[in-house]
Amino acid sequence: QCMTSNISNLGLWESLSACEVCADGNALFHSQVVCWRAVASIAWSVLLLPPTTAVFTFFSKFSFLHPIQTISECISLMTSASAIFSLILVLKDLILSLFSVIPTIACSKIALLAQLLHPRQLVNSLLHCIMGVIVAWCCGVTMGFRYESLGYPCPQSDGLPLMCLNEYQLILLLLGAFVGFSHSLLGVMHNFNYISFHTVQQYKYHRFKGALPLVARCSVTQALYSVRNFVVLYFFLGHVPRAWICQTLNLQLNRSALDSISGLLDFTLLYHLWISATFFLFLWYITLLLFRIFVTEVHSFPVQSSFTDDTPQCLPTVLAEKQPMILKFLALQDLALLSQHSLARRCEVFSLSQPGGHAHNWNAISKECLSLLADLTQRLQAYHDTIATNGRTKSLSSGSERKSSSETSGIFTNNVDLRSLVGEPLTAPFTPDLVSPFASPALRRLATVVDPGSPWYGTVQSPHIMRRGPKLWSTSTGDQSTFLEKLGSYFFKTKTFFFLCVTQVKNFLSKRVLVTYLFNKLPEASSQALFADSQAHIWALEGLSYLVQASFSEDHFGVVQTTLPSILSSMLLLQEAVDRHFKLPHASSKPSRSTSSMEESTYKTLRFALRATLKTAIYRITTTFGDHLKAVQISAEHRKRLQQFLEYKE
Amino acid sequence: MEATVTPCLDEGRHVNNVVLSSGCVLALLRWVSSFHGSLFPHLTVSRILGFNIGMILINAFVFLLSDCVVRAFSWHPHADKFAVALLDDSIKIYNPKSATTPTLKHRLQRSIAAVQWKPLCASALAVACQNCLLVWHVDPCSLSTRPSSGCAQVLSQPGHSPVTSIAWCPSGSLLVSSSPVDTAMIVWDVAAESGVPLQRVGGGGVTFLSWSPDGSHILASTPSALFRVWETRMWTCERWPCVKGRCQSGCWSPDGSRLLFTVQSETVIYSLTFTDIPGVTTSTSRGPQAAAVVADLSETAFSTPDGDIIVGGEIQSMAWDLRGERLAVLLKGDSNAADRPAIIAVFKTRASPIFELLPCGFVQGEPGAEPRLMQFHPNFRDGALLTVCWSNGKITHVPFYFLSASFPQLSFVGKPSPPRLQDGAADFTNQSLFTELIS
Repeated sequence: QCMTSNISNLGLWESLSACEVCADGNALFHSQVVCWRAVASIAWSVLLLPPTTAVFTFFSKFSFLHPIQTISECISLMTSASAIFSLILVLKDLILSLFSVIPTIACSKIALLAQLLHPRQLVNSLLHCIMGVIVAWCCGVTMGFRYESLGYPCPQSDGLPLMCLNEYQLILLLLGAFVGFSHSLLGVMHNFNYISFHTVQQYKYHRFKGALPLVARCSVTQALYSVRNFVVLYFFLGHVPRAWICQTLNLQLNRSALDSISGLLDFTLLYHLWISATFFLFLWYITLLLFRIFVTEVHSFPVQSSFTDDTPQCLPTVLAEKQPMILKFLALQDLALLSQHSLARRCEVFSLSQPGGHAHNWNAISKECLSLLADLTQRLQAYHDTIATNGRTKSLSSGSERKSSSETSGIFTNNVDLRSLVGEPLTAPFTPDLVSPFASPALRRLATVVDPGSPWYGTVQSPHIMRRGPKLWSTSTGDQSTFLEKLGSYFFKTKTFFFLCVTQVKNFLSKRVLVTYLFNKLPEASSQALFADSQAHIWALEGLSYLVQASFSEDHFGVVQTTLPSILSSMLLLQEAVDRHFKLPHASSKPSRSTSSMEESTYKTLRFALRATLKTAIYRITTTFGDHLKAVQISAEHRKRLQQFLEYKE
Repeated sequence: MEATVTPCLDEGRHVNNVVLSSGCVLALLRWVSSFHGSLFPHLTVSRILGFNIGMILINAFVFLLSDCVVRAFSWHPHADKFAVALLDDSIKIYNPKSATTPTLKHRLQRSIAAVQWKPLCASALAVACQNCLLVWHVDPCSLSTRPSSGCAQVLSQPGHSPVTSIAWCPSGSLLVSSSPVDTAMIVWDVAAESGVPLQRVGGGGVTFLSWSPDGSHILASTPSALFRVWETRMWTCERWPCVKGRCQSGCWSPDGSRLLFTVQSETVIYSLTFTDIPGVTTSTSRGPQAAAVVADLSETAFSTPDGDIIVGGEIQSMAWDLRGERLAVLLKGDSNAADRPAIIAVFKTRASPIFELLPCGFVQGEPGAEPRLMQFHPNFRDGALLTVCWSNGKITHVPFYFLSASFPQLSFVGKPSPPRLQDGAADFTNQSLFTELIS
């Protein structure tokens, strides 16, 4: 079952909107940290525009015969073109407000579809399309030649000058819209709005330099695919927009149409299309890359401050806050790094308050980290319990079904058993069987009866999708938001209505293959969703374990000793829950690695990273303390487990 | 010309004419390759070129080390077990407390160049192979003698082969791998299977990696006369150009403040010190401006019962025990001359109040056997334990029992007290070979 419900998806919007609401000191601080970064990344992408444009102009204008002419043309064009492009980039960056540090993971095809058809996403796609058209127009103007304007005067037979349609520009503009649209679609499917933090800290320049070849490669290949798809699409459907444009702008069609094989096999045209697509994909990817780099940069929070005004900026305060998520993540990252690298700041953590002698810093930090770990443990246990109960009810129903359909093959029955044990609905591997007309009716009945019959059916999918509605509306502010809210509530109502309908006609729909296909849970997705925000837990584990390790020699007042039993037991509890989770099918299957894409696939492997970090964290503590751990008050079961770690047998 | 040829070529003393003549060609190719790799690392040309060189190097390596059964050796950093990579591309794990000896075999496990256990973990073993990097997860409680290849993670990146050197972060989270034909070294987050390439212009490949025991620095030597010291907080590097040849080997003091390294075709050990100012990031604290010579190991004649032998010359590798009390130096010798055997010289070291190197003795194997690999046991309680792999396939453990300065509470009741060295122990205890004054 998708458990993303308790994961808030509040992105940077809140922090960005804080730029405007600088009423209290806290918001001011947020704006300092996050807004400055966003602005800096935008500024850098604008600064990088001239060289990019230069390269583009060079490639689009290059001619072997007149190299000097090419260069002079490029320079004159560049200056004018850059101004226009910078406007577009700023526009583009307005969309950055949708970014989030926690990925949104669709647990089924229908959830993904709902994401794609979400009004916010539709607006986003529309914006991308418009921007694509504008960029394509700029590209056309820059390239000049035959892409300069949409109409041109063409002499008619009777001598009257008429405006004819320049299909070359039309095709370029349409390509822009197509690439913009596909970019936004891919962005949803591949979680472009997810910002992952790197384990290897590097300076911004080095990170940028290292990622630049990847960005170039991605934009080139992605442009190639886009152009291919677009050309195919235009070949079949090109006459529709052309006729529409001709009608609206009262243009004539003069030349032979381009949506023919001979028209589209013009290599100069294809090259120009490809270059333009590459150019604007590159621009967008660069902006994305810069934004990611700037936002994930380490921010050093003070551990304690002597002035009460600065308390909201201190590490323990920021850690304890729930919103915005990005600041909490930055604080946890800083905690993990300070515990590892900085002796002076560790000493501040272990220090006692003056006067009073309380270990406020350590208490606040350890409490926050432990609550994070406990939260994850609880989430995993709840997930496991849900699966266990579902498995019981399901195994009964499918068992009775199996009796009635005795003609099913042995292998399939086994699969059903396995599936019903874990409570997963029909998984993808079975779908092709159902699609084929040769599948036995019993098999089909067996496959479809599982989903709609159980009450589980409605509750699993809907929270995930319905949650999306109200959550996203809360993020927008201002006049626009009221409109959007109305739209949203309308959509929300429609969606609830839709789900009511679904429950009513469930039995009918469930016979349809497409519906089963759409409502099937994607394997691994629920596991990924469970661990979607695990980067925070990883940092909490690292921070705690390094601090405990350092406390062995640096903690003069023994502040860590008081919490050591609870740290150990919460880590061991989590270890137990994680171990149990990895015994489930699909949990330990590795996702395929995609290296040649801008996609941030880090969230797919977060659960493995968490498992490894957890084990290392426990080993770090046991290796440091060794036999001294026998004096720590923990339960007998945990002591046994700890002994395994002490003997290096885990 | 041989100076720019690979480390693998230098290892064998049975360098025959074929290899020597191809050495010049290789050096030329390498020079071109490093140039290409530095400027346009993503050009296909350099990749193809690099691949060819890599194949030649690997073949040469296999050919020259064909007399040695053991390809790589690694002690587990915490538990009493070690992994041995054999010539037939299998890895065996020996554990005195367990009856089973797991044998690791994998389809991609070819031409193993290095193995290393993951710190703070009981099971993970990284293996540097010809085309990829494998990370085995060998369950210490399992009774199976042949773990399935499903237990191995495959880490690979295009252009990053053959992998010849690996190093785990002492805190167990990251793994660095390098290839002599790839200008980038890759920092792997093993659990997430994602790698970050770190690339700098110049050098053309990375031949040797060593992570300091405190985790703050990494030594990365290149096939040209240049090595780099990376600091691991922000991953910036210092360039250290050598005058004569490439950096042959290096080792770190336990606290990571001192690096000892040797340069090819020189007979001295250099030292670099790194001081971290607390609270200031490592990148801003200034390191030393030049390396200091701490030991001169030029050839010296010793008389033994079997006749005079000449010890000294070029240094092949070094190992420093994790308490910083013993330093083992593998001297290359000359396999053609009977009186110049390959030998391991052992020094006593002391870090405070001043850095000192005192000659301690020699370790020599059976007649005809030459030391190939050596490593100190990471946590030998009663002193230091040096494990040596010999060219005849034998692995010997050489214990050094001593009262550790940093662990004075250890009792030595019932333990053999005198330091036992195999052969030719020479007593130089009172003569300080090198003493550094505090400045």
